[in-house]
Amino acid sequence: MSGARKRQSVLEGIRAALGAGGSDKTRKETVRKRLKSPRANLVPERASKDRAGRLELFTGMLEGQGAKVSHAKGPGDVPEIVAAYLRDNNLPTDFRTGSDDLLAAIPWDKTPSLTRHRGRGKAGDGVTMSRARAAAAETGTLFLTSGGENPTTLNFLPDTHMVLIRADDILGSYEDAWNVLREVYGQRTLPRTVNLISGPSRTADINQTIVMGAHGPRRLHVIVVG
Amino acid sequence: MKPASRAFKTNATRALENEPLQRALRGIKYGFVANRAKARASLPEFDRLRDEARAIKEHTLAHLDLYLEEYESKVIEAGGQVHWAASADDAREAILKICRDAGARSVTKGKSMVGEEIAINEHLEAAGIKAIETDLGEYLIQIRGEPPSHIIAPAIHLTMDQVEADFRNIHKNLPPERILDEPGQLVAEARAVLRDGFLAADVGITGANLLIAETGSSVIVTNEGNGDLTQCLPRVHIVIASIEKAVPTLEDANTILRILARSATGQECSTYTTYSTGPKRPGDPDGPEEFHVVLLDNGRTEMLGGAFHDMLRCIRCGACMNHCPVYGAVGGHAYGWVYPGPMGAVLTPSLIGIDEAGHLPNASTFCGRCEAVCPMRIPLPKLMRHWRMREYEKGNTPARYRWGLKLWAFAARRPWLYHALTGLGASLLARFGKRRGRIRSLPMAGGWTRHRDLPAPQGKTFQQLWRAQEKAS
Repeated sequence: MSGARKRQSVLEGIRAALGAGGSDKTRKETVRKRLKSPRANLVPERASKDRAGRLELFTGMLEGQGAKVSHAKGPGDVPEIVAAYLRDNNLPTDFRTGSDDLLAAIPWDKTPSLTRHRGRGKAGDGVTMSRARAAAAETGTLFLTSGGENPTTLNFLPDTHMVLIRADDILGSYEDAWNVLREVYGQRTLPRTVNLISGPSRTADINQTIVMGAHGPRRLHVIVVG
Repeated sequence: MKPASRAFKTNATRALENEPLQRALRGIKYGFVANRAKARASLPEFDRLRDEARAIKEHTLAHLDLYLEEYESKVIEAGGQVHWAASADDAREAILKICRDAGARSVTKGKSMVGEEIAINEHLEAAGIKAIETDLGEYLIQIRGEPPSHIIAPAIHLTMDQVEADFRNIHKNLPPERILDEPGQLVAEARAVLRDGFLAADVGITGANLLIAETGSSVIVTNEGNGDLTQCLPRVHIVIASIEKAVPTLEDANTILRILARSATGQECSTYTTYSTGPKRPGDPDGPEEFHVVLLDNGRTEMLGGAFHDMLRCIRCGACMNHCPVYGAVGGHAYGWVYPGPMGAVLTPSLIGIDEAGHLPNASTFCGRCEAVCPMRIPLPKLMRHWRMREYEKGNTPARYRWGLKLWAFAARRPWLYHALTGLGASLLARFGKRRGRIRSLPMAGGWTRHRDLPAPQGKTFQQLWRAQEKAS
């Protein structure tokens, strides 16, 4: 059977099982409406906190999942926080980022011990840094989007992943975060990859014991700016 | 994989005597079960989310053709290709063709139950293409040549000693004197070995937990990040997904994700949830050049609108097996095919036939825990009962069972006889177990008492006690 015939046979099978004809207007209208103006379902109460409450929940959730969270008053404080973190954990002082504006606006040269490389993630990368477009406090989840600003490979190849997020971008629910992305990318459109990240990589496949650093980063350091 | 479900009884007996397996299974209660209870308690909306999730799935199934068409058109718009597969054969063929066209020599795989269902690894290997499982649990069973024993923790039946022995056996190029006596050391070794596989792969194959019609995105959830390395490094990404994974919108996906991880591992959410929409875009420095989705039917359409329709809501969280006393006693391999536990007992006969899998719906005491914890509120005991009825109607039930049932029905329709027999039974068993207060062996019930005892009855049936109480008052 050709590809088109197989497609036809599966779809016809479904329609026959549902007792639906091909020209069923009501069903088509229902689907069109639901996709055109997506509506939120029940959103957990915990997602509707004020700014301070969101920040607290976000931090608590991420720390509970094994990430480290630091707070920087402004972009100027970031280099020292990064340098201290890398020093304390005995990590290399060079790291890789994409071309993101927020990352470019950090005065990295204030802290000469740090070296910033640019580009996509490479095998053997020790430390990388990305910027999250949004976050949902309800589960401490960062939303990272693919592209030259923040290449996806930076999220998964290194041993240590650092993520910068503006405090204003920490929202309550997943719904809030998707609405931000809809504003940036348009209705019914997403970037190639959206990574929701809520902690360092982990596994419990051996002995039902949690071990950090299965395949992705062993450490996740989130820096909230502002 | 060739089904071994016909041998359920033999396999189950063997499993009960397998000490390492029994040790591994005991951990489920303290891990998954306790953690799910905690996660549920910390989200007051949990049970209402389950109701909503069920409604979302029912709405989607009632419009499945239309949502799949919408999903397909968005994938194509994003530059991807969709391949429809009516059968496992169609899906295998489509995947092999994509791999061959890409000149693939090695393929990495994220964890996919549909991948297991269509036995894609064997098919690729037979065509000379190396398939590497990258989920740690899947890797552990791949090197042993075993099927998964759990849908979210495929190697849950293995103890650490077994893993150590396997690693020493397979990773021959590493120094034999290395120390591997902690989970952390074993994980580090697997990480290093598999990293080379990720970097060398030509094609990455992942499953999908959800297909979003709104955006044409497929969603995977992992804790390890293996699914992401599988799909962002190779030149070609193939998503293999069954048709019932569709949902309308991102909001609908949120609702299902809110109950998925909590029901599965008891986490608030999985570490990584990844939405993939098409191949690399202009300006993307990474990502696959080709993006394919293989949409698999393989029996789902036949379930739609029929007696087993409810099973199409399943989101493969594994809560039913984590809470199942039968699964907890015999583990997943006894079920003899890809899907174990209560969900497997319902799904397996749908996919490979009741003749192959007739034992599985019988492997239940109908205690109802599976239905009680199912996030999609699938009435699993009812569906297993449907299978039992079909099996009985087909005449597959052994003569001994049929006679037993007939005898029981004969007595049950004659209350005086039933009361007399149960009264006799209760007083005999009471005398039999009097000394210890428990009965440890019974003639003709060795199958029951070999692995458990039962409290001895007090000597009177409920009816007798009731009558005595009525008289006294």
